[in-house]
Amino acid sequence: MSSVATTEPVSARRPAVSLRARLQDALPKIVLAPSFAITLVFVYGFILWTVYLSFTNSKTFPSYALTGPRAYQRLWRWTFESDPPSSWYTSIVNMGIFGFLYIFICLALGLLLAILLDQKIRGEGVLRPIFLYPMALSFIVTGVAWKWFLDPGLGLEQTLHQFGWTSFHFDWIKNKDFVIYTVVIAGVWQASGFIMAMFLAGLRGIDSEIMKAAQIDGASPFQLYRRIIIPLLRPVFLSAFIVLAHMAIKSYDLVVALTSGGPGGSAWLPSNFMYEYTFKRNEMAVGSASAVIMLMTISAIIVPYLYSELKEKAR
Amino acid sequence: MRKFLTTTAMIALAVAGAGASARAADVKEVQMLHWWTSGGEAAALNVLKQDLSKEGYAWKDVPVAGGGGDAAMTALKAMVAAGNYPTASQMLGYTVLDYAQEGVMGDLTATAKKEGWDKSVPKALQKFAVYNGKWVAAPVNVHSVNWLWINKAVMDKIGGKQPKTFAELIALLDKAKAAGVVPLALGGQNWQEATMFDSIVLSTGGPEFYKKAFNDLDEASLKSDTMKKSFDNLATIVKYVDPNFSGRDWNLATAMVIKGDALVQVMGDWAKGEFVAAKKTPGTDYLCYRFPGTEGSVIYNSDMFGMFNVPADRKAAQVALATATLSKSFQSAFNVVKGSVPARTDVPDTAFDACGKKGIADLKAANEGGTLFGSLAQGYGAPPAIANAYKDVVSKFVHGQIKTSDEAVKQLVQAIDDAR
Repeated sequence: MSSVATTEPVSARRPAVSLRARLQDALPKIVLAPSFAITLVFVYGFILWTVYLSFTNSKTFPSYALTGPRAYQRLWRWTFESDPPSSWYTSIVNMGIFGFLYIFICLALGLLLAILLDQKIRGEGVLRPIFLYPMALSFIVTGVAWKWFLDPGLGLEQTLHQFGWTSFHFDWIKNKDFVIYTVVIAGVWQASGFIMAMFLAGLRGIDSEIMKAAQIDGASPFQLYRRIIIPLLRPVFLSAFIVLAHMAIKSYDLVVALTSGGPGGSAWLPSNFMYEYTFKRNEMAVGSASAVIMLMTISAIIVPYLYSELKEKAR
Repeated sequence: MRKFLTTTAMIALAVAGAGASARAADVKEVQMLHWWTSGGEAAALNVLKQDLSKEGYAWKDVPVAGGGGDAAMTALKAMVAAGNYPTASQMLGYTVLDYAQEGVMGDLTATAKKEGWDKSVPKALQKFAVYNGKWVAAPVNVHSVNWLWINKAVMDKIGGKQPKTFAELIALLDKAKAAGVVPLALGGQNWQEATMFDSIVLSTGGPEFYKKAFNDLDEASLKSDTMKKSFDNLATIVKYVDPNFSGRDWNLATAMVIKGDALVQVMGDWAKGEFVAAKKTPGTDYLCYRFPGTEGSVIYNSDMFGMFNVPADRKAAQVALATATLSKSFQSAFNVVKGSVPARTDVPDTAFDACGKKGIADLKAANEGGTLFGSLAQGYGAPPAIANAYKDVVSKFVHGQIKTSDEAVKQLVQAIDDAR
């Protein structure tokens, strides 16, 4: 409605406009309120509830009497039991190995693939979905497929033996010291194509004028990437890191499908530990305590990183 | 518009009326939570469905996403927390007692009295089906875990005979090794290793020792030299597995024996279901012996139908379910298919094969002689926290994280202490 055309007195019009303006003002809040409330209760509310449970002696069912930090004391003791390794020790060491290798290799491989695909090669349209496709599979499918492929009696080793290379030996998936690396292999296979797509989008977004200018100034292709393009991709690194970090922490299902826990529980991650203790062993307090420790560890890594990255942007 | 409103009101009234009249009568429906969905098990359960439908009760499965016992137990926990009890749920061992402690289980004592469960159900099972003097669950079957499953063709080829002692078993495995077959088919998952270890402990220490260590959790027995000897025996026997054993599923290990790739598997009698499914006959295709040195004792586990404290209008259906579950005809029909033996000792064994007949006789003898023990690996020796701590230790010993028997015993005591 156009205000010029109206003949209503000013005093009568003002409340109508302000009501509309107020509604317009409030509309985003009204629309967001349900999801905000749901998040508040089901994410933050339950985080608090988990923290509370970790200080009780809940077993099969939650119990509400606070009994002190006994669950944490047990986890603390298990943290230092390395010989023979306690399940918790194995879980956190595995998390370190898996998290570091998974994130690092995915980033490196994704960047490399993206740079290679970005060379205006023929058939890019075919190659891109091929690399991206594993991401469309669930962890369960990836886990089962790799389980069969890596099984010495069924997959790679057996096939190469049939081709005559009988000295070939690859039994990592059956070996307590190496089984966690097979989880890295399967995880990297699944996620690196997706990371490639992220980097590719980043590369396409870089102003070609900058590259031309650098080339005119005599920068070699290596220098071009090392000094100009990769630094410009910094925001992509941030997004990729966050995506990978949360996937690494959630890879419970991959471990289960690929190794069913590994020989003697040697492939456990903290998420396996948490599920096992909460739901199978009826030690809800210990499970909750381990979940709280996982949350704090993740926060300790992600929060400073986000803070430094976002602060820099604001400047 | 008015007509529309009137119609709506009438429909609403009709619906409400229907609801009210349905509430007045008993609900002729059994809501059942279970994870018996695979071929043989589903067929076995069908017998029960038919028995109930003859009495006019409909059967309704409570859906469980993902199948499997763990998913079912998680679903059950959520249902109970929401106050929405199923009529009954498949349950194992201490789970029944956990729920009974929460006060959500029903009371079947009247039915039990009428049907004479007190006398016919083995005493050891009643420990899990009766809570504070009230029947809260109906046992469906009894599995026993101290069995050897042997491929007869391979046995004949190597000229072996039934091993009577642990040493004879090792000698038999040596023969198989010399003949170039895998001596011991084992799946390297913690519950399979621990299930085998149950038998080894019973064989090494005898019934008295097994009961003290694995049912009473007596610390002196747990750290005794006999327990160390048991771990030594475990170390000896796992040398006879193939290099590829780690992580293998139990039914694949059974398949190795069925196909003649391996000589023997130490496994509970659910393995018999695999032999039956492969159309093999006991005595001619395969042999079932008690684990050497455990003759006369039975290490058991049992599936139970836990009965929840349902509202009065659903009680009749629950009683019908419980009665049908422990009826002799169902016990016989179900257990023939499932590979287990009936949960009451007065069921005729005519329909069973040779291994089943032996199982029934053994159970009866063990019940009378007081040598019927709960399997620790299968969660009938101690609560899940302790049973899983035990499985951890055995599995870590088999796979080399724990290197010596001394260390294993120390870890076992510590782990059980932690989980208490």
